[in-house]
Amino acid sequence: MSGPVIPNFGHGSSCVTGNHTFCWGWVRDHWNDTLEPALIQHLELTAIAVGLGFVLAFVLALLAHRLRAVDQPIGVFAALLYPLPRLALFQLLIPFTGLTTTTVEVALVAYTLVILFPNIMAGLRSAPADVLEAASGMGLTRRQVLWRVELPLAVPAIIGGLRIAVVSTISIATIAAFLLPKGLGYPIFVALKEPTPFKTEIYAAGALAVGLAIACDLGLVALRRLLVPWSRA
Amino acid sequence: MSDAAQIRFEHVTKRYPGRGQAAIDDLTFEIPAGTFCVLVGPSGGGKTTALKMVNRLIPFDSGDITIDGRSVSELPLVELRRGIGYVIQQIGLFPHMTIGENIATVPRLVGWNKMRIRARTSELLELVGLEPGDASRYPSQLSGGQRQRVGLARALAADPPLLLMDEPFGALDPITRLRLQTELRRLHREVHKTVIFVTHDVDEAIMMGDRIAILRQGGVLVQYDTPDAILAHPADDFVAQFIGEDRALRRLALRTLADVKLHPNVEEIEPEHRVPSSTTVRNAVSLMLEYDTDELLVEDGGKAIGVFHLRDAGALLGGGA
Repeated sequence: MSGPVIPNFGHGSSCVTGNHTFCWGWVRDHWNDTLEPALIQHLELTAIAVGLGFVLAFVLALLAHRLRAVDQPIGVFAALLYPLPRLALFQLLIPFTGLTTTTVEVALVAYTLVILFPNIMAGLRSAPADVLEAASGMGLTRRQVLWRVELPLAVPAIIGGLRIAVVSTISIATIAAFLLPKGLGYPIFVALKEPTPFKTEIYAAGALAVGLAIACDLGLVALRRLLVPWSRA
Repeated sequence: MSDAAQIRFEHVTKRYPGRGQAAIDDLTFEIPAGTFCVLVGPSGGGKTTALKMVNRLIPFDSGDITIDGRSVSELPLVELRRGIGYVIQQIGLFPHMTIGENIATVPRLVGWNKMRIRARTSELLELVGLEPGDASRYPSQLSGGQRQRVGLARALAADPPLLLMDEPFGALDPITRLRLQTELRRLHREVHKTVIFVTHDVDEAIMMGDRIAILRQGGVLVQYDTPDAILAHPADDFVAQFIGEDRALRRLALRTLADVKLHPNVEEIEPEHRVPSSTTVRNAVSLMLEYDTDELLVEDGGKAIGVFHLRDAGALLGGGA
């Protein structure tokens, strides 16, 4: 294996040189040097964005749940951030953090935060009034009510939020390639820059992004089944 | 089993700001240990408020409530509440916990070990008429009546000396309600705890209560006595109207033929119609009207034990109440 990585016009098979719809041979040859690294980077970008976003959203939600005073400001901030186009957010951050992974992650984390915060809040508020009354009437402390009652009851809403956050982060992370040679967006970006866009690479990277999104979503559905046995009843 | 608690309300008053009428107005009464006390009255009478003051879900402005002589404000809040069983109309079972976990809530909070909790859970399931296998089911898998049985078991779990019940059967269908009422009365005889039971339903109050406290709009206690005494001598027009004009019949419903003195049975003039001794006097009167007769032969286990006359019913009421 040698030569320029992308696209291997020139010394590939006739399928590649002819830029046919899809060439399995190219995928096989470039799995190790192009597709797999891109997939792993994509997974990393997503995991950090969702992980950090979740931790931040969780802490803010607990705070807002405890102190009603900060609930509204956080909610308004989230509502303002939500419709902002991701690409525009990348642009806005470049003067501060440059063409770096940080820029991408800040934008992605902001987005997952905005999705997860309202979901966690809705989950925490979903505990029925009678359940809360019974809980405090039986002598559970506020902390016990939170950890033993409100949070377990919030799990379905939290996982619902995670599903949206993960799937949208996987799709948004592809445009990180405008800034960085990272993620599944990058092979697509490169292939599109060819005088004749290289179809196999675009389709392969795209299919991996779709596959990744579906796999993560199914994983979260399975997690929900595991953590919420009571709602299947 | 822990002893039942004696409860005293001493000049308890509660006013919500911006409202002219008090929610609870100088409420003073005592509930002897082991008594099933029903708080009844129209809405706005403050019966639920009075109940929730005992476990301090609602604070009061002045006066005091004591449990076995100790003020409820003396104990730390969670400790007070863990020592009082609490049952509400909407039940409030934890949907994410199994029936067993729901019942184990307070025992776990107060640190019982697993063995003891498991033994107690199966004991309670049996006591409230559920199957041992129900312990691993979730609340959403049960009917309304079964859920309230769990609610009751959960309240009884740590064997509290006092049980607060806020319209516990209000959301159940009439048949399930009657069954649970009957079972709660039986259970009360078995476990001998002090119960404070709120209802707006006079029939339920009369059926359930050893004593009934009738509260009027503005949280005023108008009468506090046994069901029989209240039906025989309503304190005022409000009470008379509240308990209904058929109060004489309601009094008769409090007794069965086994409780009254019967006339000796003379075989030659034996009455035509027979009833079991478990029949209430009220139902006996109703049957006599239906059969157009003035005497019934009372049986116990298929054996005639005496004769009941229509005029005996009047005599029971004190010769014309």
